Amino acid sequence: MEFLLQPLTLMTFFPLVGVLVILFMNPEQKSAIRWTALVTSLITFVISLWVFSKFESSNPDLQLDAKYAWIQVAGWNIYYYLAVDGLSILLVLLTTFLTPISILSTWTAVEDRVKDFMIFFLLLEVGMSGVFLAQDLFLFYIFWEFTLVPMYFLIGIWGGPRRLYAAVKFFLYTMAGSILMLLAILWLGIKTASFNMPEMLARLPDLYASGAIDPRTQMLLFIAFAAAFAIKVPMWPLHSWLPDAHVEAPTAGSIILAGVLLKMGTYGFLRFNLSLFPQAAVDAAPTIALLATIGIIYGAAVSYAQTDVKKLVAYSSVSHLGFVMLGLFALNPEGIAGALLQMINHGISTGALFLLVGMIYEQTHTREIKVYGGLWKITPLYGIIMLIVALSSMGLPGLNGFVGEFTILLGAFGSKAIGSPWYAGISALGVIMAAVYILYMFQKMFLGPQGEIIEDAKKHGHPIRDLNWREIITVLPLLIFIFWIGLYPAPFFNIMAPAIDKIIALLPL
Amino acid sequence: MHLTEVVNNGFLFLAPWLVFAPLVGLLINSIFGHKFSERGVGAVASLASGAAFVVSILLAYSVSINHGEVLRWKLAEWMHIGNLSLDWTFRVDSLSATMMLVVSGVGTLIHIYAIGYMHEDVRFKHEENRFRRFFIFLNLFIASMMILVSGDSYMMLFVGWEGVGLCSFLLIGFWFEMDTLARPSWANSDAAKKAFITNRVGDFGFLIAGFLMFWHLGSFQFDAVFENATHAEPWVIVLITLFMLIGVAGKSAQIPLYIWLPDAMAGPTPVSALIHAATMVTAGVYLVTRSAPLYSLVPQAQYIVAMTGAATALFAATIAVGQYDIKKVLAYSTISQLGFMVAAVGMGAYVAGMFHLITHAFFKALLFLSAGSVILGLERGHHHAEHARHAEEPKGKHKKAEHHDEHHEVFDPGDMRNMGGLRKTMPVTFWLYMIGTLALAGIFPFAGFWSKDEILLDASLHFTSIYWQLTIAAFFTAFYMGRQIWMVFFGEARHEAAAHAEESPKVMTLPLVALAVLSVAGGALNLPFEGYHNLGHWLGYTLGEVEGLPLNLQVAGISTALALSAIFISWLIYGRKPLKIGQPDPLKKPLGFIFTGMENKWFVDEGYFALIISPFKKLSQFLADVIDWKFWHDFVHDTIIFGTYNWVSSIALNDYADQKGIDAFANGLGTWTQNFSTAMRKIQNGFVRSYALSVLFGVVFILGYLLLK
Repeated sequence: MEFLLQPLTLMTFFPLVGVLVILFMNPEQKSAIRWTALVTSLITFVISLWVFSKFESSNPDLQLDAKYAWIQVAGWNIYYYLAVDGLSILLVLLTTFLTPISILSTWTAVEDRVKDFMIFFLLLEVGMSGVFLAQDLFLFYIFWEFTLVPMYFLIGIWGGPRRLYAAVKFFLYTMAGSILMLLAILWLGIKTASFNMPEMLARLPDLYASGAIDPRTQMLLFIAFAAAFAIKVPMWPLHSWLPDAHVEAPTAGSIILAGVLLKMGTYGFLRFNLSLFPQAAVDAAPTIALLATIGIIYGAAVSYAQTDVKKLVAYSSVSHLGFVMLGLFALNPEGIAGALLQMINHGISTGALFLLVGMIYEQTHTREIKVYGGLWKITPLYGIIMLIVALSSMGLPGLNGFVGEFTILLGAFGSKAIGSPWYAGISALGVIMAAVYILYMFQKMFLGPQGEIIEDAKKHGHPIRDLNWREIITVLPLLIFIFWIGLYPAPFFNIMAPAIDKIIALLPL
Repeated sequence: MHLTEVVNNGFLFLAPWLVFAPLVGLLINSIFGHKFSERGVGAVASLASGAAFVVSILLAYSVSINHGEVLRWKLAEWMHIGNLSLDWTFRVDSLSATMMLVVSGVGTLIHIYAIGYMHEDVRFKHEENRFRRFFIFLNLFIASMMILVSGDSYMMLFVGWEGVGLCSFLLIGFWFEMDTLARPSWANSDAAKKAFITNRVGDFGFLIAGFLMFWHLGSFQFDAVFENATHAEPWVIVLITLFMLIGVAGKSAQIPLYIWLPDAMAGPTPVSALIHAATMVTAGVYLVTRSAPLYSLVPQAQYIVAMTGAATALFAATIAVGQYDIKKVLAYSTISQLGFMVAAVGMGAYVAGMFHLITHAFFKALLFLSAGSVILGLERGHHHAEHARHAEEPKGKHKKAEHHDEHHEVFDPGDMRNMGGLRKTMPVTFWLYMIGTLALAGIFPFAGFWSKDEILLDASLHFTSIYWQLTIAAFFTAFYMGRQIWMVFFGEARHEAAAHAEESPKVMTLPLVALAVLSVAGGALNLPFEGYHNLGHWLGYTLGEVEGLPLNLQVAGISTALALSAIFISWLIYGRKPLKIGQPDPLKKPLGFIFTGMENKWFVDEGYFALIISPFKKLSQFLADVIDWKFWHDFVHDTIIFGTYNWVSSIALNDYADQKGIDAFANGLGTWTQNFSTAMRKIQNGFVRSYALSVLFGVVFILGYLLLK
């Protein structure tokens, strides 16, 4: 019982209570199932707030430990070990925050197999929280792989026409990277005789110093971890699974995919690559900065040429996460803090974009940009909310995206590890290009003369309507954070700063 | 040394209300506005803007009782991480207070005018519920502009800088579903997008300047930056100031980024007056003035700024000569006048630049608003003429509608070729327009005369080439304004709408009278006589006291003579023999291809399209379709990787398709509780196959490692 009542354990596994309840419900009671799932995720969110209230932001170390010996055979030293620090607390909160929003977004969008959908969704939440909290690499790997399963089915069952292809591709692609990471984890675990992070971190410096792990091996390990994370982010050029997965996924799936799952990749870099392989991280910084810069520009350029709005948003993620990677490997407080904040921002803004796109898709069943036009005139509220979210996504000062992008570019510009202001300088062009594709999207859908879809919808007896109350409530929390982080990001920076300083102290700069 | 103790800060505590007041107005109108009448909405917005004006006065007073001391009011923290520390701190000194007064003062007058203007505009565009949105955007603009001028750091300034860019986007594209003639079109929204993106190019320069500043000068806060700049290497300051110039070129519509401003005339006329003439576009001038301590360190950069301004002043003035749209003429005139200001601040003549900024805000706002009055006058005339004709025609609903549309297509109330003789039908507007014109042309004793002369005088003392560029530009200015006056107000009406034009209501003309008074008397702010350099003295608190120059009769004489002769020449061409219906511009024949160039804005837009926009579109298309999709997605991933994998796995494991697995699983789930084990067995076939294969590889590898170790 004591085990279950630990804050982190309780928070991580609470969604299973909902799963259990739903399991015994009649699949025809869709509404009751929805409510159960929503209430479960809301309670989970409340628990995460309780966790947050216990979190000391001035403490740079892991906190609220839940640690039990788990597998202790043949010299393997595996723990069930959950803990949180300034690097993960915000991502955990993002997870528990976005889950109820995503569930709300399915209220009328998912009519098929509601029961199964909600079960998978809650399972997914367990996996995601676990990924951000696990401090034992073995446990981390299990959570990491576990998230694939529900997501695979969310895309494969409730997705669009090419859902099977997309689901399999998503699965295989991320699997492929994870294999390398698994090998590296096992290798490290054997070498350091431990799988848990604090112990590893305590033992690794000696192994590096004594030459027991030479720099080349360190770099190989770095690459093995990076393979898994880079695919998840996804870093250019490993992004090919992303547009498929996003386009085919149901709205809620896209929100979680963009909002949380991609962050697992960037979080992995931050948590593991930087601290476990500090020398390799410093050495790899220019290369990663280069890939990130290419991703920023490439993603933005490719976004602009899209005709499917969901695909446009998907490619914009390639660009945005390029910013996050650039900031992480600036390896200075400004860059890393910016990157971590931008992970949250991207979750909020891109999550909101997918949410909003889903809201109109539900009415029109098309994502072709060119059939829209002039929407703002008939849906003023939807228009203004989309505008705010779009502006946040293109980094308008005063909104959240700017704070992240600005600190990232600022950090990268003067980064010793990257060693040249050119990467940040060229990446700053991405800010112009973001305006190009975002405004293109906004203009073609919301401004201009009325698109054909408006007449069509009227003809079919379902004229396009403005947002209803449920939709407003779904998107409102996201809007609050868009303004909050944009205007007063101090609390967010304060939470992460000590932990970031601690990571930077590990780096041989 | 940053903050001398200030015993009595006066009304400093009100500083945040510069921003909050318009925001409150915005919120009231957003939330409760649907219950208000048009007048109510307009009154709330105007009061909000007026409150900001009152605050500005009180703050300026506070500065003066503190003898020009810089006053700061920290509202909250913004970004603090690593070495970065940014706050929401308001800075009140004589320079920012001057800008506040101009922005909120002119802004409030334009709010009031807009109550009348927008009422008619929404009527003619058949969109009654847009009225409220307009005033919400207008208040948002005032708030953003206040952040811009009152920020105590470059980054807070940047918030306002991009904020006004957003408002500009929203207001240019206010009639987003049509073009300027109210036909369904992408034109207005294109113009809005163009403005935002062009400004973003400038913002890119601003950001890079900011990054350099942070890493080399260690701060964004103005005084810290200026202090550290004195110890920095000159190349750093040169880079910072030149990247900043890109930002200035974007916001203040200088070469090569001026191209968005003429298109911005798609916005309602009060917007053109407020944002695209009086306030927002002067932000670049303010930025250079604010950064005076930086620019003063690097004369090379200063020279480039001054040359950019002078070249813009001349270039845009030539284009204005070839325009037919009443607002387009004024738009190019604005670009040209901004060139004067940028040239002035580039030369280090900050007071002259600011002086011209202020007087220009008065007379250009006056001109734009009067032009708006003219356009609405023509709309009314057109409406009447239509009405009269319909009354005569046989009643037929269908025919009537058709006729209306057809006529709507062709009539352009902003085209000066449709005007003529308006001094008789719109006398108040006529006189107001005359005052604005004389002020702009720099005729003694109107405001523009004093401020423009101060710039010319400075140029004549230091930079001969700039002096001549500006003097010629001044000649063109008087010429195109003369051309406009003759075409619009003199001669005979060239269209029935002009013949039936009607004067505008008082709510529109009264604010104009106020602006007209300022356009006449604004020169008194800084007269070139001993003891009358009031503005120079006041700004000297911030910029350092400079000696005001006395009136130079030679410079003043030349410019006045040129202006008068330009007006005379314009009379010879356009006034003596007024334009007739359908007659091409009399300059077209004698000037030939030169006039074609002016008419077509020297084909700069076409050049940008061919050199930048079109290649970018093609590149992004190529990257998306060929590289990313056909090659990377379809060929490499699907054909090679996926194909190989399928081939391997079909050999390694039995050949269940994933499709079967998923379907089986999905079917199984429906009866999960009953047939849990059956379903579990089914799913293992397809989906888990992939997983199994992967784990198989892993296990083999690890076992191999452990055995061989």
